[in-house]
Amino acid sequence: MPMLRIEGLDHRWTGARQDTIRVGALALGAGENLFLHGPSGCGKSTLISAIAGVIDVAEGAVCVAGRDIGSLGSGARDRFRADHIGLVFQMFNLVPWLTGIENVILPCTFSRRRRRRAGNPEAVARRLLGDLGLDPDELGRKTAGDLSVGQQQRVAVARALIGTPDLILADEPTSALDADAKTAFLDVLMRDCKAANTALLFVSHDRGLEGHFDRSVDFRDLDRGGTR
Amino acid sequence: MIGFSLRSLWNRRFVAGLTVFAIALSAALIVGVEKLRDGARDSFVNSASGIDLVVAPRGNPVQILMAAVFGIGGTGTAMSWESFEWLENMPGVAWAVPIQMGDNHRGYPVIGTDVTYFEHVRHSGGQPLQLASGTLFIEGQADGAVLGAEVAARFGHAPGTVIVNAHGSGDVSFHMHDDAPFTVTGVLAPSGTAIDRMVIVSLAGFDAIHAPHGTPDADPLDAAGLAVPPRNTRADHETHEEHREHTGHDHDEGSRAAAGTGEHAHPRGRDPDGHAHAPERLNAVYVGLADRTGVLGLQRAVNDRAAEPLSAVLPAVALTELWGITGTAERALQIMAWTVALASIIGMVVMLSATLESRRREFAILRSVGASPAHVVRLILTEAAVLTGAGLFLGIGIFILAARVAGPVLASRFGVQLDTRGFDARELAVLASLFGAGLAAALVPAIKVYRATLADGLSVRI
Ligand SMILES: Nc1ncnc2c1ncn2[C@@H]1O[C@H](COP(=O)(O)OP(=O)(O)OP(=O)(O)O)[C@@H](O)[C@H]1O
Ligand SMILES: [Mg+2]
Repeated sequence: MPMLRIEGLDHRWTGARQDTIRVGALALGAGENLFLHGPSGCGKSTLISAIAGVIDVAEGAVCVAGRDIGSLGSGARDRFRADHIGLVFQMFNLVPWLTGIENVILPCTFSRRRRRRAGNPEAVARRLLGDLGLDPDELGRKTAGDLSVGQQQRVAVARALIGTPDLILADEPTSALDADAKTAFLDVLMRDCKAANTALLFVSHDRGLEGHFDRSVDFRDLDRGGTR
Repeated sequence: MIGFSLRSLWNRRFVAGLTVFAIALSAALIVGVEKLRDGARDSFVNSASGIDLVVAPRGNPVQILMAAVFGIGGTGTAMSWESFEWLENMPGVAWAVPIQMGDNHRGYPVIGTDVTYFEHVRHSGGQPLQLASGTLFIEGQADGAVLGAEVAARFGHAPGTVIVNAHGSGDVSFHMHDDAPFTVTGVLAPSGTAIDRMVIVSLAGFDAIHAPHGTPDADPLDAAGLAVPPRNTRADHETHEEHREHTGHDHDEGSRAAAGTGEHAHPRGRDPDGHAHAPERLNAVYVGLADRTGVLGLQRAVNDRAAEPLSAVLPAVALTELWGITGTAERALQIMAWTVALASIIGMVVMLSATLESRRREFAILRSVGASPAHVVRLILTEAAVLTGAGLFLGIGIFILAARVAGPVLASRFGVQLDTRGFDARELAVLASLFGAGLAAALVPAIKVYRATLADGLSVRI
């Protein structure tokens, strides 16, 4: 069963004169990763929002872990997102006044499934942070606002990974990092996704990252044509 | 959720603290106004306990009640002893206590009465007056005085202390009666009523302090017309005839004294028979009935009395009338307190709204980890509830503290006791509505947040 399957996904932001995205077909299996690239403004973040269930999509357009996102009500989508999807953004991933560890276990407060799968969220958070090369004690003390950007991004990854979601959506999480940090960051992300058998959709306009991934797709190739 | 809200507020503790403090002050103000109102009313109601009817020279019922029971102000003219006896012998009247007023002891009202006062006057729902120390003055003992708890405490008076009263019923005294001192015989236990603020002397004593001046408050025509038989109490029935002769004579002299002869009928402490002293004038009579159902009939009889224009006042009715008068001031105070509360609630809404902009990222993050817009709204409402709730509790604390500090002054100056032990249903309803108002006002930022989180989705748009 593919963890992510898209078939004919259109979205038009309110006020826009034409559809922002018109995605034909895309599939991602468990444990697979995919690098999706495209120029700025082509609709990558919009696609992420659609998969995450934050914007309304048509029935049958998006399936995550076998579930048709479009058929769910907005509340059910929020719960589904908490249960099955981990998200990492370019910046501002963390609640600044919570500690690093508290940020990591945040999904477990919204999702019983993630909490159950994590077992002991605090311990798992510490292990994940350690794996990502961070000092768990320091992150138990410092609030997220006091962390460096690189540290913040790794905390965000730990948060996406906790409770082993089915799919991780990463929206340009490396653009604030220097080249070495980028490589280290990607290695850990890939390794942990593979270890947890989690599917990873990574979008970026930085084609230099392409080599780390199993598969790479140009966003414009997904376009199913029609009125654009 | 509540933990999260608390953490979030802690992150903004300075502004949140100020907001809580503003709400606390307004809550304290609102509670204070309510408690003050209750305290004032209780003070009045408790003072008038057990008195079925107050009879006084014709006048305004509220004014009569204020003067005769609470020692505030005065009744215009005086009533005759004859009327007192007439009243006392009316069918259904269980007891009647004569009251003289118009003097003060350093601003505290002095009333002249007889010992039956202590027997019949009740307070706070029927409790009898208790002596804290000393004894009552004995019947006919002209220079004895029993002090209310507050008066004694204020000036450090104790049994044995010699005190001097002054003419007039306010702080401003027209004349000191320093030639007619009293000796404190006893101090009453606190009753939480107007009696705590009173100096109680015998009728003989009260008259005696006016002896050198010979100008009672009474209407001179009334005083001149007094051919007063002695007081016909049940106790001294046997000696009635002798007494009548004696005091009748006295009172003729008393009338002359009023006309300026400089003599007085009742040299103090020399009531020859040791019987009840029959004064030339009374200001009021407290009446108790054997059967309260007859109270309206008696009231009519008093009001219709041809010999003298009198008013019979039902304390409960006059109090209701009084609440009607004070109600306006109470409402003004309440409106003020609620206006302050409104301002503080607006302050809270401003604080919550002002931080929304900078918190949009926080909300986007929460959404990305599975929070629904409803979660975010609940977060805002929880914060409002925490702020308002903390404000209310702090406000109650401030009120209790203020009541402890200001309570003694309020009690001694105005006879108002602030009850800090608990809250009645009405006060709880006031607190609850303040809480509700805080939550309702927080709906404004909450709705804004709801819209923003829906529009922002996962990425905050500037
Ligand atoms: N919340 C929104 N409301 C309305 N229009 C939006 C919204 N978010 C994005 N858009 C529009 O959708 C289009 C695609 O934006 P999107 O953010 O998906 O691009 P992107 O591919 O992620 O670009 P970048 O690489 O710069 O992040 C843009 O024209 C943008 O103006
Ligand atoms: Mg983007």
